[in-house]
Amino acid sequence: MNITMTLNGKKISADIDADMLLIDFVRDHGCYSVKRGCETSNCGLCTVFLDEKPVLSCSVLAARADGRVVTTLEGLQEEAAEFGAFIADQGAEQCGFCNPGFIMNALALFREKEYPDEDEIKEYLAGNLCRCSGYEGQLRGIQAFLAWKKEKSGKEAEEA
Amino acid sequence: MKYVNKPVRKKDAMQLVTGKPVYMDDIAPKDCLIIKLLRSPHANAIVTSINKAVAMKVDGIEAIYTWEDIPQDGRRYTQAGQTYPEMSPYDRLIMDRHVRYVGDVVAIVAGRDEKCVDKALKLIKVQYEVLEPVLDFHKAKDNPILVHPEDNWESLVPVGADNKRNLCAHDETGSGDIEEVLKNSDVIIDHVYHTKACQQTMMETFRTFCTIDTYGRLNVVSSTQIVFHCRRILANALHIPKSMIRVSKPRIGGGFGAKQTSISEVYPAYVTWMTKKPSKIIFTREESMTASTPRHEMEVHVRLGASKDGIVNGIDMYTLSNTGAYGEHGPTTVGLSGHKSIPLYGKAKAFRFVSDVVYTNVMSAGAYRGYGATQGLFAVESAVNELAAKLHMDPFELRMKNIIKEGDVMPAYYGQVNTSCALDRCLERVKKMIDWDHKYPVRDMGNGKVRAVGMGMAMQGSGITSVDVGSATIKVNDDGFYTLAIGAADMGTGCDTILAQIAAEVLDCSIDEITVFGADTDTSPYDSGSYASSTTYITGKAVEKCALQVREQICKLGAELLKCPESEVVFDGRFVKREILKKTQDEGRSGAEAVLASEKAEDGAKAAENATGSAETSDCVQQVSLADIATASQCGNSIALEATVTNSSPLSPPPFMVGAAEVEVDLETGEAKVIDYAAAVDCGTPVNPNLARVQAEGGILQGIGMTLTENITYNKKGKLAENSLMQYKIPTRIDIGHIRVEFESSYEDEGPFGAKSIGEVVINTPLPAVSDAIFNATGKRFYELPITPEKIAMAVVERKQKSE
Repeated sequence: MNITMTLNGKKISADIDADMLLIDFVRDHGCYSVKRGCETSNCGLCTVFLDEKPVLSCSVLAARADGRVVTTLEGLQEEAAEFGAFIADQGAEQCGFCNPGFIMNALALFREKEYPDEDEIKEYLAGNLCRCSGYEGQLRGIQAFLAWKKEKSGKEAEEA
Repeated sequence: MKYVNKPVRKKDAMQLVTGKPVYMDDIAPKDCLIIKLLRSPHANAIVTSINKAVAMKVDGIEAIYTWEDIPQDGRRYTQAGQTYPEMSPYDRLIMDRHVRYVGDVVAIVAGRDEKCVDKALKLIKVQYEVLEPVLDFHKAKDNPILVHPEDNWESLVPVGADNKRNLCAHDETGSGDIEEVLKNSDVIIDHVYHTKACQQTMMETFRTFCTIDTYGRLNVVSSTQIVFHCRRILANALHIPKSMIRVSKPRIGGGFGAKQTSISEVYPAYVTWMTKKPSKIIFTREESMTASTPRHEMEVHVRLGASKDGIVNGIDMYTLSNTGAYGEHGPTTVGLSGHKSIPLYGKAKAFRFVSDVVYTNVMSAGAYRGYGATQGLFAVESAVNELAAKLHMDPFELRMKNIIKEGDVMPAYYGQVNTSCALDRCLERVKKMIDWDHKYPVRDMGNGKVRAVGMGMAMQGSGITSVDVGSATIKVNDDGFYTLAIGAADMGTGCDTILAQIAAEVLDCSIDEITVFGADTDTSPYDSGSYASSTTYITGKAVEKCALQVREQICKLGAELLKCPESEVVFDGRFVKREILKKTQDEGRSGAEAVLASEKAEDGAKAAENATGSAETSDCVQQVSLADIATASQCGNSIALEATVTNSSPLSPPPFMVGAAEVEVDLETGEAKVIDYAAAVDCGTPVNPNLARVQAEGGILQGIGMTLTENITYNKKGKLAENSLMQYKIPTRIDIGHIRVEFESSYEDEGPFGAKSIGEVVINTPLPAVSDAIFNATGKRFYELPITPEKIAMAVVERKQKSE
């Protein structure tokens, strides 16, 4: 079957098997940030945005994305680097394999709520597993990022 | 120190957080044959016939291999990544007619894509003669059913192994008269502690791709911690010369010891060697859960004798370890259960440690962070916590009376001296951090929930004594930047970065001026690999020594360029300076920079003057920049600006740790949640405090998972129930309150800048600490992990019934 979607801002068409999963589709199209950590929708590593909402691309058929907008970390490089730097400053990226899914979902959280509190952070990201960090360093990184963002927006408001 | 003990960002951090393609499946050639494995549904069976004719007809299938392709009388091998001769027995063939656990490999299928391979897998017809399995590890030793009856089973090292008794290893060791000591003790704690075959569960499953290189050699790119051991393992498995194999690793998505065993490498290696085509295998999560090498299930029987004032007089330990169908790491892990738990108690007058490691028809066990020490420390520390309760003594106070001190000889730790130790400070620190005096033992929160605390201590090693080898090659490149080549494997731990920090400290340069390369058997200097908490201590020391040698080489060439004896120059990281002149004539003219380009450089490359642009001469200070030396080294030069140093250690200085858990238990539902975990670590100098802290936090949460949720259950036919992340519950971020880690550093003279190790010790304290908190919450002691809500709820009900 033929599908058309906007992947990271570029319109693409492809002929695919009806049972192709979105994760395999985006990887086939060069989006190698999208990782597979399980086959039971438990790990969160394969998180991408489908029309701006985070979904597990291992549990979505590529055909479902027909006519829609798909975003992976490849399409959010500036945001990823800006936020990721705070994770890196904690050493909490560790092996890095869960990072793209975790960062995608964290960016989705910040879009839904600009300054989430600790419980909201933990709740929203509960589906993003990490075996290296014990999550504590990720939490410190998120909180440092939010504090920096708040300070920055305060300054911008003052200047304006 | 400028670069050591600094929380610098990991060198690869920004690449990782922005999702760059640096892992095995991101860089594998797109035309790789896809490999999948047909696995046995039986725990013990002989393949009587196998028909692949129909499967071979599936469009796209390249090859199907079965036991019939593998000489069954050929020499066996082990998948364990260990120094040769391996302690683990040679008990595997690539495929064996005799399958020994549910998941053992029956056929290798290689084809164009996943679809055709999946289809072919279903069309292979296999008939089995199903045999009765040995599933109960208590009954394995001397059982008439043998897991390895074959005659070409081989044990290379005398570890007490005997395949005709289902024994992978047996050992007895001790010091003093333990029976006499126990007889004269006022209190005896006597229990058996059971831990399961928990999974490392790194996020990236096992995976490898192979190609044939320009020279017809097998090029293996794998997510592995052990490139050099892997080369030997593949040579042994395929019966081809090691010279025909190259193994390298890309970024690794976590290891925790799982990738210290060559789980996935042999299949693409075989397929590519046979077909001469690129191939790859990616284990599914289910395969990683059911056909890998998790922690050894162990039962540790402790008899601990103490005086009534709380002095531990002696420990008698018997460990029964279940190595499963194959012996990977079987003979070695068991040793740590005693050797890395008993030595904590420095006043003991005697110990005895006896162990059996048995074969059974379940998945093989292997290496997982802690490597037996985790199991032994759960037993010993739980026994000591029980002793404290029995004597109505505070567990911290009891520890303070007993712990090993710096300078003590440790009879149960191979007689080594405890060269650096801040265990006492760790105890004091954690007691304050958790606010023990207010929280011990338990507080009723008035809502059906109670909050209780518990604690435990731990030790580990830093590399394997007189076995592990670490090496470093450093070379100076144009412009004066350095390349550091290592054979150690950064699996997310950050060793590329901390080794660069050590080099930067010695070379007086920023870590950005050091590129790190590892690991590749063709180009890296030899390293045993990243395991046994060895990289910082063993390879780190090699880097330190190597950087010192490179400094000497820089000075040698610098002196030649300055036309003076080497003894007269110093290197400050940017310039080689002739100091004598400086000292005598430098008065009042400090800051004046002068570069004396040597005749040699002028004659040769004209390098110095071209490169510096400030070829101003002066008679006060003679100096030549590193960049100029580097440039000069590339023209008409015979002095190598490069050094390789190899390091091993006759010591394995233990890191120490104390942890305390505050656990909230819901007495209605049995749910237990660690709301606060406080820990203090003595890893010597933390080379990178951020990375050391995250290592500790991650290890602690793995230990908590092992204590509370990570269960392993087999059915009567030997099939594992917990075969996905759905059933095998590793902690999520809502399962934990906070983990707080602080450092109480000793200084280890033998380590690089005082460092010991951090990687493994961190997983050990939660098991006894959380268990004891649950005892304090419920009044029930659990001797088997995990302590699930069901177990807690039932214990609460039983206690109520008893009191009624």
